[in-house]
Amino acid sequence: MSQTITIDGQEIPYEEGQTIMDAAIAANIYIPHLCHNPEYEPHGSCKLCTVKVNGRNCSACTFPAMQGQDIINHSDDLEHDRKRITQMLFVEGNHFCPACEKTGNCQLQGIAYYLDMHDNHFPHFFANREMDASHPDILIDHNRCIFCNLCVRASQEKDHKNVFAISGRGINKCLIINSKSGKLKDSELDINDCAAHICPTGAILIKRTGYQVPIGQRTYDQHKIDEISLAKEHKHHD
Amino acid sequence: MQAFIQSVIDKYEASPVRLLPILRDIQAEYQHISGTTVEQLTTALNIPRTQIISVIEFYSFLHATPTGQYDLLISDSITDHMLGKQDLMAYFASQLKVTIGETRADGLVSLNNTSCSGMCDQGPAGLVNGHALTRLDRPRIDAIVALINQQVPLTQWPTEFFTVDDNIYLAGLLLKNPVTPGEALKARYQKGLAETLKEIEMSGLRGRGGAGFKTALKWRFCSEEAETERYVVCNADEGEPGTFKDRVLLNTYAHQVFEGMTLCASIIGAEQGFLYLRGEYLHLYNKLQNILLERREAGLLGHNILAQGLNFDIEIRLGCGAYICGEESALIESLEGKRGIPRNRPPYPVSQGFLNKPTVVNNVETFFAASKIAVTGGQWFASVGTEQSQGTKILSISGDCNKPGIYEYPFGTPIIQVLQDCGAADVLGIQIGGPSGTFIGQDEFQRTLAFEDLATGGSFIIFNQTRNILDIVKNFTHFFAHESCGFCTPCRVGTSLLKKQLDKIVDGYGSAGDVAALEELCQLVKNNSHCGLGQTAANPILSTLQRYPENYAQQLKDISYEPGFDLDASLETARRLAKRNDAGAHLAQVEDNQV
Repeated sequence: MSQTITIDGQEIPYEEGQTIMDAAIAANIYIPHLCHNPEYEPHGSCKLCTVKVNGRNCSACTFPAMQGQDIINHSDDLEHDRKRITQMLFVEGNHFCPACEKTGNCQLQGIAYYLDMHDNHFPHFFANREMDASHPDILIDHNRCIFCNLCVRASQEKDHKNVFAISGRGINKCLIINSKSGKLKDSELDINDCAAHICPTGAILIKRTGYQVPIGQRTYDQHKIDEISLAKEHKHHD
Repeated sequence: MQAFIQSVIDKYEASPVRLLPILRDIQAEYQHISGTTVEQLTTALNIPRTQIISVIEFYSFLHATPTGQYDLLISDSITDHMLGKQDLMAYFASQLKVTIGETRADGLVSLNNTSCSGMCDQGPAGLVNGHALTRLDRPRIDAIVALINQQVPLTQWPTEFFTVDDNIYLAGLLLKNPVTPGEALKARYQKGLAETLKEIEMSGLRGRGGAGFKTALKWRFCSEEAETERYVVCNADEGEPGTFKDRVLLNTYAHQVFEGMTLCASIIGAEQGFLYLRGEYLHLYNKLQNILLERREAGLLGHNILAQGLNFDIEIRLGCGAYICGEESALIESLEGKRGIPRNRPPYPVSQGFLNKPTVVNNVETFFAASKIAVTGGQWFASVGTEQSQGTKILSISGDCNKPGIYEYPFGTPIIQVLQDCGAADVLGIQIGGPSGTFIGQDEFQRTLAFEDLATGGSFIIFNQTRNILDIVKNFTHFFAHESCGFCTPCRVGTSLLKKQLDKIVDGYGSAGDVAALEELCQLVKNNSHCGLGQTAANPILSTLQRYPENYAQQLKDISYEPGFDLDASLETARRLAKRNDAGAHLAQVEDNQV
């Protein structure tokens, strides 16, 4: 008999070594997430995927599935906390959706729509962050970085380059570039690298492509993030 | 410079896991680690420059731009505040003619705050180039200012400036009966491995860092791992404000602590151990190195210990100013030459710790107690304390009392007893277990020291009736925001939001609803954070909000809405630009008719 866990009353199978997130995606169940991408090592830092496992909060993307776990994924409390965590990400950086090239394709925005977020709730930090437009093909706008670490992992795990790293401490955390000048143009990043395309927000953008699809016709203008996420990640699992 | 850096690299065998000691040595020599140095290290250690930069930017004692040749850091613990730190800091800055947080233009001196330096029983305290300064007062500051301006080397400063006393006022079961070097190891080899572990199990010893995991169980789990390369780590990153008992144990009982580590190694089968010593205890470093040397010469450390075929040695690693490294998995990351970011668990360190090998991490006091238990047996220890908390606990007592210092009590001792012993009168409340612990008020002094009642890693800070609850909470809340590692969203953003929201209320800009918003934020940070830091960062607010709601409510404006900032002050730039300062260019905080 295969081993099972229960998510919101639904019993689903899992394999040894799978996380709760892996098992959920395989069973076509969406658990909100931003820093997780099944193609990379789980990170567990955004905390949007927090679920209640036998009464205790755990990150679904890193916590192993174990026989008999009773998991709550959707509850008023969890949805409320997820919305607040998303609002934290919005006030920490400088996110002005209407003026952002990524609008409609941004996962942070997609999550905010999904969680029915109508305001930022918390006071803004108005952090003074910079842009790096030095690279001929790729632009970094640090105002929009949410420290998901996906570019760091993509560059290490897929591109085998180590272009990005996380530095600083606490609220002064920042993304840094592995080049002598600290500028993107002097790094090994290439337009064909996975790391150049992995950013869930508008922090890493490919130049001269921003408006090829009109606003209104973009991914999250048309579909909710749970559909998109499952369509992409469930397929990856098969 | 290049030659010096090469000599440091050689000293540490170009080992990337020794990145922190390498950077410490360079910082000490040049007051910073320059971009050129980073490039040299990248090549020599064969690690990405970003790893080096991120480590420098993570730890408080490492810098990319030069600090002064004399780098002064003043401890910002609440206990230092209570001893007049704020005034002294301002005095220091004015006498040195330096801005707090900056380096003086001539490069000679820099002055800044630092988190609790572990001298709460002899503050106000500080650090000069990493060396502990105690009992600061105006005459001493005058002397220090003169020494700095005359560029007198630290070695020629009066030694009493650096005196650190033990202040042991109550020695109990353990402090009264230290083991002699080798005694515990000999007992262990007489009894055998299984019997010794059984004695530790019978003693009921639980981790003394605060979490209270059964020590024997941890050692057993580690010894049962399939991987045979295993490590012992002693956590001496005593960063919880108000705690200093490990400082005393390592100053006076270091043999017994090292013996406990060696005992553990003999049980789990480890050949390498680490003492992770917080950077603030640099003054103990040479002394501890000499004790390790003595132990090697006495056949108690190194190759073939006591001719029993045990090979084990201990390396001392200094921290670089990061409270989070007291969390065991963050400590391991730091030992590996990385930023101190707590790992995802499981796996736990007993199965995948240092270099992903099975690792036992225990507190200084745990190893200290285990040595004695190996000699006297478990029953001796278990006969003291309560059913769930056996043995004794060593407390670091500070704040408003006549005799701040070290006290050892059996678990189960009522708080009132402790207050009497240390000479505390007119007590408002006590912070037990440091900022991450609990604040208790007057009607709770019959409660007891125990894992099942008031658990503590040792911190015990007493406040008398003259103290202001909100000042205390503000100090603790700022501490957590400063020490959050930044890994997870709820703690990184949440601790800074807690600071903002609390300050708004304390500074008088709060209105109806702001306390409720503060409480909601507390729960959010507590329930969603990645590790113990975030999960406890809201405790100071939550435990005082529960006991003293009126103190918070009194700060609120009696209106439904108050701007969360000073309106008139915010117009200053506009006034300057408009060259106006008439009545019309000023705004009242709240319109009269709204009140």
